[in-house]
Amino acid sequence: MAAAVTAARPELMLALAEACSDLRGGDDDGRLLTAFPGSTQEAADLIRVAAGRGLAMVVRGGGARLAWGSRLSRCDLIIDTARMPAVLEHAAGDLVARVQAGARMGDVAAELAKAGQEIALDVPPDSTVGGVVASGLAGPRRLRYGTPRDLLIGITIVRADGVVAKSGGKVVKNVAGYDLGKLFTGSAGTLGLITEATFRLHPLPAARAWVTAQYPAVPAAADAVAAAANSPLTASAVELAWAEPARSGPILVGALLEGSADGVAARAARMAGLLGPATVAAASPDWWPGAPAAGPGQTLVRVSFWVSALGRVLDAIEAAARTAGVAPAVTGSAGAGVLYLRLGTDETGSAGFIAALREAVAGQRAAVTVLAAPARLRAALDACGGMSGPVPGLALMRSVKDRFDPRHLLAPGRFPETV
Amino acid sequence: MADTAGLRTGTLAALLRDICGPAHVITEPLELRTYECDGLTSHRAVPALAVLPSTAEEVAAVVRACADAGVPFVARGSGTGLSGGAVPHPSGVLIVLTRMRRVLEVDPVARRAVVEPGATNLSVTQAAAPFGLFYAPDPSSQVVCSVGGNVAENSGGAHCLKHGFTVTHVTGLEVVTPSGELTWLGDGTGAGAGYDLLGAFSGSEGTLGIVTKVIVKLTPAPEAVHLILAAYDSLEAGGRAVTDIIAAGIVPAAIEMMDALSIEAAEAAVHCGYPAGATAVLLVELDGPAAEVSAELALVREICERAGAREIRAADDPAERAGIWAGRKSAFAAVGRLSPAYIVQDGVVPRTALGDVLARIAKLSAESGIRVANVFHAGDGNLHPLVLYNDAVPGEAQRAEEVSGAILDACIEYGGSITGEHGVGVDKARYLPKMFTADDLDTMQLLRCAFDPASLCNPGKVFPTPRLCGEVPGHHRGGVQPAGAAGTASGAEIF
Repeated sequence: MAAAVTAARPELMLALAEACSDLRGGDDDGRLLTAFPGSTQEAADLIRVAAGRGLAMVVRGGGARLAWGSRLSRCDLIIDTARMPAVLEHAAGDLVARVQAGARMGDVAAELAKAGQEIALDVPPDSTVGGVVASGLAGPRRLRYGTPRDLLIGITIVRADGVVAKSGGKVVKNVAGYDLGKLFTGSAGTLGLITEATFRLHPLPAARAWVTAQYPAVPAAADAVAAAANSPLTASAVELAWAEPARSGPILVGALLEGSADGVAARAARMAGLLGPATVAAASPDWWPGAPAAGPGQTLVRVSFWVSALGRVLDAIEAAARTAGVAPAVTGSAGAGVLYLRLGTDETGSAGFIAALREAVAGQRAAVTVLAAPARLRAALDACGGMSGPVPGLALMRSVKDRFDPRHLLAPGRFPETV
Repeated sequence: MADTAGLRTGTLAALLRDICGPAHVITEPLELRTYECDGLTSHRAVPALAVLPSTAEEVAAVVRACADAGVPFVARGSGTGLSGGAVPHPSGVLIVLTRMRRVLEVDPVARRAVVEPGATNLSVTQAAAPFGLFYAPDPSSQVVCSVGGNVAENSGGAHCLKHGFTVTHVTGLEVVTPSGELTWLGDGTGAGAGYDLLGAFSGSEGTLGIVTKVIVKLTPAPEAVHLILAAYDSLEAGGRAVTDIIAAGIVPAAIEMMDALSIEAAEAAVHCGYPAGATAVLLVELDGPAAEVSAELALVREICERAGAREIRAADDPAERAGIWAGRKSAFAAVGRLSPAYIVQDGVVPRTALGDVLARIAKLSAESGIRVANVFHAGDGNLHPLVLYNDAVPGEAQRAEEVSGAILDACIEYGGSITGEHGVGVDKARYLPKMFTADDLDTMQLLRCAFDPASLCNPGKVFPTPRLCGEVPGHHRGGVQPAGAAGTASGAEIF
């Protein structure tokens, strides 16, 4: 990534500084120029000026998933949302909150908890609202509450040409106009800058219980997941963890129950009966996963599937791991049809594993998506379906990108050009 | 111009007969009148022709023929929509999906079903029931309304307070794009790569393409269901109970309220036996695991009493519950007995503003002399005021229309929405600019242009003014144009 904007271009720097009061970097040390707009309006002014000069822009929230996806082809300006950190409105009686994109989820949670409410996503406390929405990040409780797209009821964005637009609103039930919130959820900063989001909230549960069991082999674990997820006991999450698939190690399955103290106790006892010999605890087991995460250089793969294919997916993971000689760690929301695989630094092995896994689940109702990978693995994957494999509706996605960002100034290279 | 259009329609009819068979292309004006309106009868138009395809491939071929001829087309499911979304285009083709009504697959372990767009909402639950599962979205018209129509409108229903809307329960859509290509949006797993076009398509009111298959989530049937009826002497007291239930951290499956006028109508129509003389009736349905429901039931009872209920009934027996629900579900039709004509309004306000807005409606009613019956989903602030008038009295229809519009103004003023579940369609397009700025609407239309640059797919709906899509300003991919964009650029020039 070449920093095209430096102090060597004073006129441009001046124009940007006029639009945005907080501008850092872009100096002779080669630090990327970063703008910190403090409001939707300031962000709009900034983007209008930057777009006028043809600058390639990348949005940054907490920065944890900045390197996910394909490699950026250009970056002249980073737009950081840190100066938009506020909870703007918490209408507790309406179970709704409007927050700025730069707000940290942990800070938002603390504010909402004062009224006994939450945004029911299990995401890291230091992730930003904008980052969570833009990446569609969700953790175990997606089984019951869904992902950000299901909880987002309104959104304010700045388009690639600096125009401010909103859709939805602050009522949960609303079908007026197109739902741009759905379009922007998971769009990874390629369609516009998210500046505000409005969420529906849920009451914090009075009690929680985790019911966990261990299985020696795939069929029993797959049956346990299906039984837990399909039961009318209404689990909030049904998770699975498999540390050593290549060695056919034991598989852990856990169900989270939330509700009233008496209700949870009764349901946990019955869930324990469903899962076989099981442990009931009021705290999460140490293996309980959060939202998927991958640091720089790490490889993270998502496998999504119909739960009826779970056994075949687990078998395919085991076989592919043996073939490729790698040791993926498997965790995820098996009851909701999503698993995450973390791979080590053996990039040749990882590429072979991913190719073998894709081949094994082809024709099943399953998809293998590489969420994050180091550069050499990304290059190796070009030969076997790229990061995403076949994506339904890709031609339409490209049309959408061309309409919203016709000059491809927003996170160019990330999506959907390079699928 | 008319001759050219007629000629074009004639050629098109021949093409469509080849695709779907002669028996499934309707050109007789009298037969076509069957389709002149949907559930909102105040907007009517007879289509140039109607076609009833039986497969996704046939739908795609029909749309391709329309796109090639530059003829607009409108999809129609069961025709129960309440905003005129399926009103035909007078010089266009109406694509009727009622021959595609199968439930193709139920996978009870994956909790998924694959259904055709013309399948009724209830038929999905019926197919799932033997496995202890159900399809959660339940619009009042579920016996007849189609799943494809539900997707187009992102339909809710009384129970969406807890269970969510159609879009929450759809994980894959096979659609025909406005240029006639068959493609999937979402892969059915609920975690696909790329943009959530499935989410954006849901609720787009038939303007982005035509659904040909739907993969839906099924939900384990609740172990216990309890319905509580509480009668109050004022809407305020009922409203207090609702506020306290939400504040107690309970999310019921449904919370419904009816005012004196709608209770009176329902009583006369179906003899539902609601407490005599009640000014407000509150229905609270709790569902879920037996242990949770019984805990919540005790709490809700206590809250309802504390808010001043003059009578409380509880029912867990299905027949008993159906009897209580009958009053609520018959309310719209029942009001027909009180008045020769009425407008069903559909507005939303933040739940905490319900009291203020109901007071405003009462004032509007008193000032205009137009009676308004109120039935509403109290849990999510979705109001369905029924504005009663006599069309035989000169000027009364106009006054009713004004009251109805003023109610929407009040909803917007309190930060709500002009539609919670009926859609914008043709009926409310003119209100959309009151809720959204020109820039908001222009941005929404970027999505439309990406799907339908020639504006042939259900044109004239949702947006008050069409956006000319034009060419995409020079972008720099430097490779092959996406298939959709290439096809559409030439389409745009035809019209």
